[in-house]
Amino acid sequence: MLIHEHSRPGRRASAQAPLETADYGDLPQALRRKRRAALPEVSELQAVRHYTRLSQQNFSIDTHVYPLGSCTMKYNPRACNSLASLPGFLARHPAAPESHSQGIMACLHELQDMLKSVTGMHAVSLAPAAGAQGELAGVMMIRAYHDARGDHGRREMLVPDAAHGTNPASAIMAGFTVREVPTGSNGDVDIAALRAAVGPQTAGIMLTNPSTVGVFDRNIQAIAKSVHEAGGLLYYDGANLNAILGKVRPGDMGFDVIHMNLHKTFSTPHGGGGPGAGPVGVSKRLEPYLPIPVVIKGDDKRYHWLDEDDRPESIGRLTAFGGNMGILLRAYIYARMLGAEGMRRVSEFATLNANYLQARLREAGFQLAYPERRASHEFIVTLKKEAKELGVNTMDVAKRLLDYGYHAPTTYFPLLVPECLLIEPTETEPKEALDGFVEAMIRIRAEAESDPETVKQAPHSLPLRRLDDVRAARQLDVAWKPAADNA
Amino acid sequence: MPFIPHTDADIAGMLDAIGVDNIDALFDEIPKELRATALDGVPAGLSEMEVTQLLQARARADGEPTCFIGAGAYDHHIPAAVWQIATRGEFYSAYTPYQAEASQGTLQVLYEFQSMMTALTGLDVSNASLYDGASALAEAVLMAVRSNRKVKQPRVLMPRTVHPFYRRTVASIVQHQGVELIEVDFDARSGQTSVEHCEAVADEPFAALVVPQPNVFGVLEDVDALTDWAQARDALVIGVVNPVALALLSPPGDWGQVGADIACGEGQPLGMPLASGGPYLGFLCCKQAFIRQLPGRIAGKTEDLEGKVGYTLTLQAREQHIRRSKATSNICTNQGLLVTAATIHMAILGAEGLERVAAACHANTARLAQQLCAVPGVEPIFSAPAFHERALRLPAPTETVLAALAEQDILGGFDLGREYPELGSALLVCATERRTDPEITAYREALASAVALANAA
Ligand SMILES: Cc1ncc(COP(=O)(O)O)c(C=O)c1O
Repeated sequence: MLIHEHSRPGRRASAQAPLETADYGDLPQALRRKRRAALPEVSELQAVRHYTRLSQQNFSIDTHVYPLGSCTMKYNPRACNSLASLPGFLARHPAAPESHSQGIMACLHELQDMLKSVTGMHAVSLAPAAGAQGELAGVMMIRAYHDARGDHGRREMLVPDAAHGTNPASAIMAGFTVREVPTGSNGDVDIAALRAAVGPQTAGIMLTNPSTVGVFDRNIQAIAKSVHEAGGLLYYDGANLNAILGKVRPGDMGFDVIHMNLHKTFSTPHGGGGPGAGPVGVSKRLEPYLPIPVVIKGDDKRYHWLDEDDRPESIGRLTAFGGNMGILLRAYIYARMLGAEGMRRVSEFATLNANYLQARLREAGFQLAYPERRASHEFIVTLKKEAKELGVNTMDVAKRLLDYGYHAPTTYFPLLVPECLLIEPTETEPKEALDGFVEAMIRIRAEAESDPETVKQAPHSLPLRRLDDVRAARQLDVAWKPAADNA
Repeated sequence: MPFIPHTDADIAGMLDAIGVDNIDALFDEIPKELRATALDGVPAGLSEMEVTQLLQARARADGEPTCFIGAGAYDHHIPAAVWQIATRGEFYSAYTPYQAEASQGTLQVLYEFQSMMTALTGLDVSNASLYDGASALAEAVLMAVRSNRKVKQPRVLMPRTVHPFYRRTVASIVQHQGVELIEVDFDARSGQTSVEHCEAVADEPFAALVVPQPNVFGVLEDVDALTDWAQARDALVIGVVNPVALALLSPPGDWGQVGADIACGEGQPLGMPLASGGPYLGFLCCKQAFIRQLPGRIAGKTEDLEGKVGYTLTLQAREQHIRRSKATSNICTNQGLLVTAATIHMAILGAEGLERVAAACHANTARLAQQLCAVPGVEPIFSAPAFHERALRLPAPTETVLAALAEQDILGGFDLGREYPELGSALLVCATERRTDPEITAYREALASAVALANAA
């Protein structure tokens, strides 16, 4: 039932708004609303009950194992939320003067420094609101760099076929054309194809390493050399930074510009779709182009913002007020609790969990997409064989996993592996949870052999059975309208 | 080990199952010479208690000033229930509802949010959020250029009365997509963008006109005239609106003869704390005809196998994970949690509650402007009616005055002079429903002495 269906004319949560309606008679009649918006009219209790009940229809990290590959669904420490919600932080206006901002600016400055250290980059801007905006900022900086050198012919961005969809979409938004580079059968970028693709038109390459197929590209130095020699720059998609935190740094691999997803590696909440934060890091030659604002510590030992006036070559502003500050604070708090040692442990245990789960699933007879390889913090199982022999596909297995109380891994991404499950357990899951997942996978396969319909019709135990996506698109209904409007 | 549950026995058993001796061996595919060990810039870890003490001190350091700044972010009361529910783990720690059956809570919230935003804006459809108001305007501009079938020139009229940070954001995001942004000046007396000003820069066909309501000065634009004028020239109209103001003001869907085509804006006034500028949420609504060009997630109603109503992400062929380089936008992660907060906020307040909030802000700001203008030399800059913000001229340099006010823990407003030098010493002030009469009086007194001090110096 929608909140609108609980609505009754004249019902109100009256304590929640000013008690009286102040006079607004000076607003010209012609510019005023003719009738009230059709928002629900409910009591506070009704709203609280409705949204509490809705929340209970979600799987979440706090309630379920959520091994969604490429998304790093690890525990989001509660302290990060409660401390970022201290009244002083919540009340601060984005245009507050620096005199009333030194506390938060100290946090942001230290976060910039910590991110520099873990990535090996020369400078960081916290401005991008999510990974995709970080990508856009990153490729725009690459473009600004080439343009500043008068090198205007570099309009092609190389993107491996395994890359996340945001990579090519971001490259296009920055005015590049996209050329796909194939992935070899061992999971590494096809280096011969890459060498054939680079040239004077190459602006750069957008690379995820460890890649979206769950392996560390062993040829990274050769890739860097080849792209650099052709005059291009290397962009690092940091979605998988969790796998290498404190072990190897993008800056040392030869990347010129990177983004990080703080909502993955630094455990800020995913919030049912967001918010995120996608800071970018750059090598020295790209620093002038960083998106603004940037926080610096002055000789006066006070913190200052750098904006358009200080950074005339900046690619500019990406949101009105400099990014998702509350998320940056949460990441800062998380980083301070981990410390250097804790960060290293993150990648170690994320990798341990992934490799353990990979070993157990292999032993149980599931087919790995890259059986010869170590898993990074994630790996791919392909259900090609099951789909062919049992008629049960990846989507069916994903839905059946929900019945067993596991959120499904990422399905059908990356696109190059058929019937794939991209599985990322993260470091915060205990061994028992991984064993339980293996158990569920084994039982589902047994069901697929004995009673495939059970799997194909899953889920069975959730409030709803399988939903009809085709109907949603064909009989489009994306907003409730009051009855009068429908007539 | 913070947040890592493994016992020594677990580790031993797991390594054994993998067939390696130690965890380090799991990194053996990474070239040795690349492997780093030191994290010099990262201090040692802190306990939750220690980090609490640190953050409390940092939060205190920023004081508790009284805020009279608006300029795109507004200090409204937020019902206690909003964030208590939004931060329930089931909302807080879920992700994009890819598995619809396990995400009905989030999906229904998105559908309700879309319903509420279409009701507020008077348009047919809404997406499920973009990053913030400014980036939403950038997407609206790109969408309008793609959607206009009659005018193929990617030229967009952008009034200078649109918030300067929004204009800059749009300029950076669209800079490589061949879109030409044409500035439209405003009337120095009224503070409005007039049709004449638009005419002056519209020699050539343009795909869209952006119409802010209220505009950055708080001034109300003649939205009907602007809309009709632009649409008569085959352009689309993009409204940039404040959702709280929409409780009182004509919604974009009602502008002119046939309504604006697209509306976008900042959702922060709907239950989001100021929080230094984010996370907020960008909303984007449009007429049905343009839905396939609408970027971002959209939740749609459907049925399950047994005919029960449910919700799922729909029209995904617009999005990057399906369409890759041909997607409407690169956006993936959006502002879902803020959508949840906004939806609960709107449900609790309802249209009448929002109207009361809007009216109270409007009346408070009128009172504030009247009081401040009692200080000799302070005067309103514009003559046209305004909603909940006022541009004032000061008889002393704005920067000096603001610094003196800040010393008394009063954040006096947004310095307009930097963005609009022709206005001279100009200050944009706002008093939301949270500002009390004693606070307003204290501001007037502090302003009087700040002005006197500045002029004495
Ligand atoms: C590999 C990869 N790159 C980029 C992104 C985009 O990041 P965001 O969703 O934060 O925009 C994602 C995330 O979903 C990802 O998994």
